[in-house]
Amino acid sequence: MILIHCPYCGEDRPEVEFVYGGEAHIARPLDPSGQTDPEWESYLYIRANVRGRHHERWRHTHGCGRFFNAVRDTVTDLFETTYKAGEPRK
Amino acid sequence: MKRFSALNLFAEALKGHQGWPEHWPEKEPKPAYDVIIVGAGGHGLGAAYYLAAKYGITNVCVIEKGWLAGGNAARNTTIIRSNYLYDESAHLYDHALKLWDGLSHELNYNTMYSKRGVLMLAHNVHDIQSFKRHIHANRLNGVDNEWLSPEECKAYCPPLDINPNARHPVLGGALQRRGGIARHDSVAWGYARKAVALGVDIIQNCAVTGIRRGPDGAVQGVETEKGFIAAKKVGVSAAGNTSVVMNMAGLRFPLESYPLQALVSEPVKPIFPCVVMSNTVHAYISQSDKGELVIGAGTDQYVSYSQRGALHIIEHTLAAICEIFPIFTRMRMLRSWGGIVDVTPDRSPILGKTPVPGLYVNCGWGTGGFKATPGAADLLAYTIAHDQPHRINAPFTLDRFRDGRLIDEAAAAAVAH
Repeated sequence: MILIHCPYCGEDRPEVEFVYGGEAHIARPLDPSGQTDPEWESYLYIRANVRGRHHERWRHTHGCGRFFNAVRDTVTDLFETTYKAGEPRK
Repeated sequence: MKRFSALNLFAEALKGHQGWPEHWPEKEPKPAYDVIIVGAGGHGLGAAYYLAAKYGITNVCVIEKGWLAGGNAARNTTIIRSNYLYDESAHLYDHALKLWDGLSHELNYNTMYSKRGVLMLAHNVHDIQSFKRHIHANRLNGVDNEWLSPEECKAYCPPLDINPNARHPVLGGALQRRGGIARHDSVAWGYARKAVALGVDIIQNCAVTGIRRGPDGAVQGVETEKGFIAAKKVGVSAAGNTSVVMNMAGLRFPLESYPLQALVSEPVKPIFPCVVMSNTVHAYISQSDKGELVIGAGTDQYVSYSQRGALHIIEHTLAAICEIFPIFTRMRMLRSWGGIVDVTPDRSPILGKTPVPGLYVNCGWGTGGFKATPGAADLLAYTIAHDQPHRINAPFTLDRFRDGRLIDEAAAAAVAH
């Protein structure tokens, strides 16, 4: 089981306390009715699915309950860093 | 290729089995082919075989970065069934099921396909309603699927605990009698052997590093660790690594790759006569011909290419297995593994053309690709040979994520694939 560092609680906790929240830094369109089909496709469905350095969201469901972002290597599953939601992409 | 027959087997037995030729000799790639298939799993090898055997294109090369059938072909629970809800899916998976039927004979290789029945357990009212809806939809599509009472489930699968006070009470089950299991390696090996006999080259331990496109955007061939190989048509059947390969052609795909774990027990005498799936508690179990219990879990929650998963996923599955089959509580598990499965947003595959001329894709089979092996292979071969999809795979386009015609098995089925 992987250990995940929650940037709000400041602790390394086991994975079962967390829920994965998908790829990070995908901004919801500010003008939904102005979106074209390809833009909706890109927002809803297209994912980087990186083999390597992956930016992703996690939620500390059984802890503080907050969302945060993480950088993890998808080949080794090792976390490089975690950082609070709203901070710039690392 | 030397045919397998009782006579040949007997003759070879007298000679110490020294006369069998190599199934697929080591080959160096030629400078150019008519078609290149990326990925030598069951689907890719099958596509090469059908291209040569059915569609008359024998100048074909299959390129594999690891060894033949060492990815998800070697990392699954070998369950075969076709009881999917929607018309498009039922036709697709039943096409595969029909091909499984004659496959051993066609390939002259025993795929050990055993129609022992797949029983899907209902543990709550929602399961009952959902499964009965499936049964009716399946019958309209000519796919066999029938409802069993708890007692009938017990009669079909004696190790089952149908005590109403059980942690996961069995309220009934949906049984597809044509469903079953096959030997995962045999399928890939059988296709490889027959394809090579028809003139196909299989290049192992040679990763594709790029896809070369011409000024018109069309495919010219692939860059590999052994140099450039030209081909006007390239079919990608790379399962969990499809996104990576497609990025080489400048395409971004609606896929995410997750680890999917399975494990086997120590071998025991025949005890388990069928396949049992419990989607609500995410447990799949059957017994292989070697005697091992083959147990499948759900996917891990995060994107990964690591080919391993978390222990708590396996613990959850084994807890469910022990509740439903108390007889197995003292079994020891021998080994576990993780495959990397490429999952689409609607949990249906993508099988057809891409925006790049000459580039074809077979991906997105998620957690249920093994059962589809012959069907996916045949349809990929058809699509490449005719430069247009067969009517069975026509709905499984990449464009559906743009125009909204999803085949949403995930939402409607309440079924893990």
